[in-house]
Amino acid sequence: MRLKLVPEKTSFDFFSSWKLWMGFSALLMVLSVVSFFAQGLNFGIDFRGGTTVRTESSQAIDIATYRGAIEPLKLGDISITEVFDPNFDEDEHVAMIRIQAQADGEAISGETVEALRAALDVIAPGIKFVSVESVGPKVSGELVQTAVLAVVLAIGAVLVYIWLRFEWQFALGAVAALVHDVLLTIGVFAAVQIKFDLAIIAALLTIVGYSLNDTVVVFDRVRENLRKFKKLSLAEVLNLSINQTLSRTVMTSVTTLIALISLFVLGGDVIRGFVFAMIWGVIVGTYSSVFVASTILLRLGVKRDWSKVANTTGNQFSNIDA
Amino acid sequence: MLQIDLWKRVLIWLVCVTGLIMALPNAFYTRVEQSNDAVIEIIAKGETPERLEIVEQWPSWMPSSLVNLGLDLRGGAHLLAEVKVADVYAARMDAMWPEVRDALRPERATVGTFRRQAGPDGQIRLKISKPEGMSRALELVRGLATPVTSLTGVGATDIEASADGDILTVQLSDAEKLASDDRTVRQSLEIIRRRIDEVGTREPTIQRQGVDRILIQVPGIGSASELKKIIGTTAQLTFSPVVGRGSDGDAAPGVGNEIIPSLDEPGVFYTIESAPVVTGEDLVDAQPAFDQNGRPSVSFRFNTTGARRFGDYTAENIGSPFAIVLDDEVVSAPVIQSHIPGGSGIITGNFTIEESTNLAVLLRAGALPAGLEFLEERTIGPELGQDSIDAGKVATIVAFGGVLVFMVLSYGLFGIFANVALILNIALIFGMLSLIGGTLTLPGIAGIVLTVGMAVDANVLVFERIREELKAGRGPARAIEEGYSKALSAILDANVTTFITAVILFAMGSGPVRGFAITLGLGIMTSVFTAIFVTRVMIIMWFERRRPKTIEV
Repeated sequence: MRLKLVPEKTSFDFFSSWKLWMGFSALLMVLSVVSFFAQGLNFGIDFRGGTTVRTESSQAIDIATYRGAIEPLKLGDISITEVFDPNFDEDEHVAMIRIQAQADGEAISGETVEALRAALDVIAPGIKFVSVESVGPKVSGELVQTAVLAVVLAIGAVLVYIWLRFEWQFALGAVAALVHDVLLTIGVFAAVQIKFDLAIIAALLTIVGYSLNDTVVVFDRVRENLRKFKKLSLAEVLNLSINQTLSRTVMTSVTTLIALISLFVLGGDVIRGFVFAMIWGVIVGTYSSVFVASTILLRLGVKRDWSKVANTTGNQFSNIDA
Repeated sequence: MLQIDLWKRVLIWLVCVTGLIMALPNAFYTRVEQSNDAVIEIIAKGETPERLEIVEQWPSWMPSSLVNLGLDLRGGAHLLAEVKVADVYAARMDAMWPEVRDALRPERATVGTFRRQAGPDGQIRLKISKPEGMSRALELVRGLATPVTSLTGVGATDIEASADGDILTVQLSDAEKLASDDRTVRQSLEIIRRRIDEVGTREPTIQRQGVDRILIQVPGIGSASELKKIIGTTAQLTFSPVVGRGSDGDAAPGVGNEIIPSLDEPGVFYTIESAPVVTGEDLVDAQPAFDQNGRPSVSFRFNTTGARRFGDYTAENIGSPFAIVLDDEVVSAPVIQSHIPGGSGIITGNFTIEESTNLAVLLRAGALPAGLEFLEERTIGPELGQDSIDAGKVATIVAFGGVLVFMVLSYGLFGIFANVALILNIALIFGMLSLIGGTLTLPGIAGIVLTVGMAVDANVLVFERIREELKAGRGPARAIEEGYSKALSAILDANVTTFITAVILFAMGSGPVRGFAITLGLGIMTSVFTAIFVTRVMIIMWFERRRPKTIEV
């Protein structure tokens, strides 16, 4: 007896209410943009400079007391959050203290860290600083540039690759799905205010990769079916292809999610934000390859009659299979 | 039909076995690490029974490369420093001032009296009382210029002199500034490297980044402030009389003597007198040079006290060796050929040009040539790193188990084939990481977990294809064959696109992000390999043995 997540044969019509789905996606994208501009991202120190200190102490943490102890040091804007994780021991209390970037472009000085430690030691004797990370504003500006450049480059590179391997309509569909996924991920980070740092950029790029992976598998089948079923309409071919690959799409998403969820629960709080981005990306990426990429491909249409033109003009790199 | 050449089969299994063997040391991480450390100690300090015993913890015929653990897993400090290259311009100009003065002084009749004016750092601003003599003054100052010694600055001179009314301005030319920046950063890098090596921490990373930045990562160090202190300490240079030379580092040196190792001859030790003849404090300059035979060497010059002491010593000890000792290591131990009176000398040895340059840098390395500005610093405590490793291990095992079970439930026997491939896949990732000396970071572990999830994708694509072919009424052999060949283009396209993003991440990212890109990229390569070769070989071998009439996927 086999576990079957998707029935043997499916014939869902994915485009019967395409306006609804596109409207839904468009709405989410607009909400993301609004949330991004209204609330902004909770940038980590990688992107806006400053210092984070991770403290560990056996006493319970009272944020107001911590704040009271740090205030006299006049370090400017500080934020203190307590960190919870199932992996922590009973008397392990972890806090993250974030201090705004100090003047003059440099990272925090050793004396400041020592002063902070001394101040906190009074209210929580034996407090340990398990990590201190400090980024000067000079570098953080560059990190933002590189990060944005990396995402744009990645999207551009795959656009070119898919264009070479398929046709430009496929490439546009795939990239629309990518932009959709990246926007929605940034939107969710703005809405929930999870810390957005360099690792999240890595997650974003992985989402780009994953979402493409999904889209490409569907498109590969579309390409094959377009040659096979010359009589069927594009919508029928797309529906057939998505149904044929549905089982695989669900299987892969499930195995990836199994892995990611176990990392989310058990992997510790340090990478939780990163894993959250990936989980979200896998869900959104799977959705978008069907409801965004394919719908756009359907709207753009595909040139199907290649009889008049030499077969090597539009898709000369598409015959590398087997 | 269903066939793979024997040599291909052998090759595929050979790759898998090699991967497993390469990955194996990582399963005994601590043991192998201790053994490797002991091997290095033996080379540096000689054999002892204890060290040999530790070495034997891991058989020498086994591969012993390990995956490096990143700072976020091992704990340690990370600094990004910017070298304030402009500091050097000011020092250069201040040093140039006496020369300019001496050049102009004899020509007072033409240029009149002159005075240095206050000006920005890195410039000499000179006011002369007879502006009509300016052209002569410019000519004299320009006569002091020397050609720039760098590839890009061919034909240019090191200083620029310009006139504005009665003000003469001298500053470094752009070509010289470029060359000077490069030298400054290289000197700083060399000095930092040396000082950190001095402390003897494991595998520090000291890299130049961009034009004027230096990245320093030291695992296992307590904090970034501690690291900054180490970088701030000065190097100790002495010129000492040599008593003897040997290969035993633990021998009794005798009263007033000490035994120190040689810098570049492993296993060689020098016995030197503890009281040096001259110390680095008396050194005023050191430059890379060439000796009379055209071999790279280093020239140096002492101040007057140093020169006198050095002159007296060399006069009395012609024919005996003396040691140039830097931070308790003998850099070189030349034999005194003749009396060296002027306080300047030349150190020869088997240097390459690069080595002589470095040595000159080191000799001058009383202090860093320019100030450092710390742009980024991170300290990760070892406990946090260990917690992350533990959490990562548990998460990976659970993720692994979940996926394994799920695959068997979904695909039965074929699921087991995919699972074997998945296990091999992880082993191959670790094997390749060890081979290329890659660094495993916390996001890197996430990359591996993600690979676990995604690696089955290629197999899923194939299995689903086989199912379809079976449904279409093909026989088992034909279905398997078709399944593989039809799924190939999807597998390739899907993985190439992900690989592109991994490459971009690697190129643009730094530190932990780069670690993620490495594991993701390796994971893609190994998962494609295992999916299209390893599971296929397994399925074909099973098929040949059983010859089933029907198969269920």
